[in-house]
Amino acid sequence: MRILNLFKIAWRAIILNKVRTLLTMLGIIIGVASVIAMLAIGEGSKESIKSKISSMGSNMITVRPGADMRGGVRLDPSAMQTLTLGDYEALKTQTKMLSAVSPLVNGSGQSIYGAHNWPTSIYGITSAYLKIKVWEVKTGSIFTDQEIKSAAKVAVIGQTVATNLFPNEDPIGKMIRFNSIPFKVIGVLEKKGESTFGQDQDDVILAPYTTVQKRILAQEYLESIVASSVSEEKSQQAVDEVTSILRERHKITGDKEDDFNVFSMEEMISTFSSTSEMLTILLVAIAGISLLVGGIGIMNIMYVSVKERTREIGLRLAVGGKDTDILMQFLIEAIMISVTGGIIGVSLGLGTTLFIEKVLHWPTAVTSYSIVISFLVCAITGIFFGWYPAKKAASLDPITALRYE
Amino acid sequence: MAKTIIKIEDLKRSFVMGEETIHALKGVSFSIEEGEFVTIMGSSGSGKSSLLNILGCLDQPTSGVYDIDTVVVKQQSKKELAKIRNEKIGFIFQSYNLLPKTTAIENVKLPLMYNTKYDSEEMDALALASLEKVNLSNRLHHTPAQLSGGQQQRVAIARSLVNNPVVILADEATGNLDTRTSYEIMALFQELNKQGKTIVFVTHEPDIATFSSRTIVLKDGHIIKDSPNTNILSAAEALAALGKEDE
Ligand SMILES: Nc1ncnc2c1ncn2[C@@H]1O[C@H](COP(=O)(O)OP(=O)(O)O)[C@@H](O)[C@H]1O
Ligand SMILES: [Mg+2]
Repeated sequence: MRILNLFKIAWRAIILNKVRTLLTMLGIIIGVASVIAMLAIGEGSKESIKSKISSMGSNMITVRPGADMRGGVRLDPSAMQTLTLGDYEALKTQTKMLSAVSPLVNGSGQSIYGAHNWPTSIYGITSAYLKIKVWEVKTGSIFTDQEIKSAAKVAVIGQTVATNLFPNEDPIGKMIRFNSIPFKVIGVLEKKGESTFGQDQDDVILAPYTTVQKRILAQEYLESIVASSVSEEKSQQAVDEVTSILRERHKITGDKEDDFNVFSMEEMISTFSSTSEMLTILLVAIAGISLLVGGIGIMNIMYVSVKERTREIGLRLAVGGKDTDILMQFLIEAIMISVTGGIIGVSLGLGTTLFIEKVLHWPTAVTSYSIVISFLVCAITGIFFGWYPAKKAASLDPITALRYE
Repeated sequence: MAKTIIKIEDLKRSFVMGEETIHALKGVSFSIEEGEFVTIMGSSGSGKSSLLNILGCLDQPTSGVYDIDTVVVKQQSKKELAKIRNEKIGFIFQSYNLLPKTTAIENVKLPLMYNTKYDSEEMDALALASLEKVNLSNRLHHTPAQLSGGQQQRVAIARSLVNNPVVILADEATGNLDTRTSYEIMALFQELNKQGKTIVFVTHEPDIATFSSRTIVLKDGHIIKDSPNTNILSAAEALAALGKEDE
């Protein structure tokens, strides 16, 4: 028998039972649609996290005092004071893998201009900080090395601070107070938006680190040192280099634990990617279960169909159909149902994804592999769950089948 | 001498049902030559269908010899039996056995679908020719539900003819039809026989047997009579006579 004829026969059977076929497909449709949508959401959030982290400066390296805090271990305050200006100077002069280094001290408090006041944070940094964060000054300018040296009371303010303190005025040249210390606004930063962690990056005042250390915090140590590796690929080497310089300076030898902690954006990206990967696996597993249920639905209907069409099978055998022809007919029918269900499911999944993207504004990304895998799974589902009913049909005895009422 | 189409020798068929064994055929022998129109008669349960199913290669004898068109059926595999059914045999059933919701021409094409020899156009042409032979060329696209019993049986006859078989086997083909329609069908069989078709026709109605050229009578799995018909009646004339009676 020509394989094309088998397809014709199977297609006729599907067409003659449209509603039932559609109901049978429903499980597959829902399964595939959810796989596609889930993967799109998972992939979308992964990409959006990646790009958000990258926008914070993908070459960025941060040095924090204390041992690795990502394990959640609380440290006593003295352990938090291990980073010094000396460390900063050493990194600035000795490394080859860093293109920019800035110390960072920060504090929070109240900023005031005239009748307006606004609770915010102040970051003490050098001008290299902007380069590291890939950030620009929108109007005005950043402070000079001279101003850092002299601990000048100058500040560059973020957009959020600017709109809250200066609703209808140009901030440049105005005097503001931060925790009652007067600062002259010399620049306004361009908008940076929310960080991955949902923090408003524009709610900040930047000032020379010398000024913040002496006039506001009255502390010698640094909260952190931020730096930029020469390139993204070199970031691990940069981390290693920074670590070895600081270990030497802090006189940490052998396998003694560091009293500081260096990490790159690369690492953060991979940490986040792996969490969202796990989420994706979970979502796909749930969707996979609904595919399984869909497959069982196909098997069920195929059994009913074989039973209903017993006389038809008998007739086909009587006019010369071989048992393999019957097997193929029912198998093709099952595959057609599952693959057609797959096509509808993929379309529905893409539609749902589009809806999620356009209406709910969630980031999504449809990957071609999810579509290919869905089709493969559908075809396999059809073969797997269609096999037994088809085998049953093919093993019927022609006379018994013809007599069946 | 005419060619032997069917040759059976000491054919037996028994069915084992739990403890007891039913002997449906207890040693049946005969030959059928090309161009014969044979009726197999007998009361219900005499073994007619059991015999015809074996002749149609739908069933295998418990013992005995069966050759069709010089092929020894006993040695054939399941696949080859399907091929014999497909190429050498046309089977007609009492209950027509047409595919529901499927047009006449599609139903007639069915045997050809299981033969790699034909492409789509050849199938259409053969099915059409077959339906013309049974005078149904004006009902090509009717489904069984849109046809009368007689018309449905004629579609089934067209289906049995479409592969140009060496023999047509009919099991109570007129059993579901009224007298008039039965005669119409018999007239059609006589016409096909005149064109050279070998026909084996199972019935339990004696008047139907009078239209054939030879009658084999079965009783309890034995042949009790096998004789040529000296006075073959014309089904067309019988049909015309029926018409007169109606007036
Ligand atoms: N598949 C079967 N299983 C058991 N007994 C059967 C089967 N087919 C036929 N028989 C028995 O064989 C005998 C002959 O049946 P059958 O050939 O159908 O008779 P007929 O067609 O002449 O009415 C009957 O007694 C019937 O009950
Ligand atoms: Mg019978």
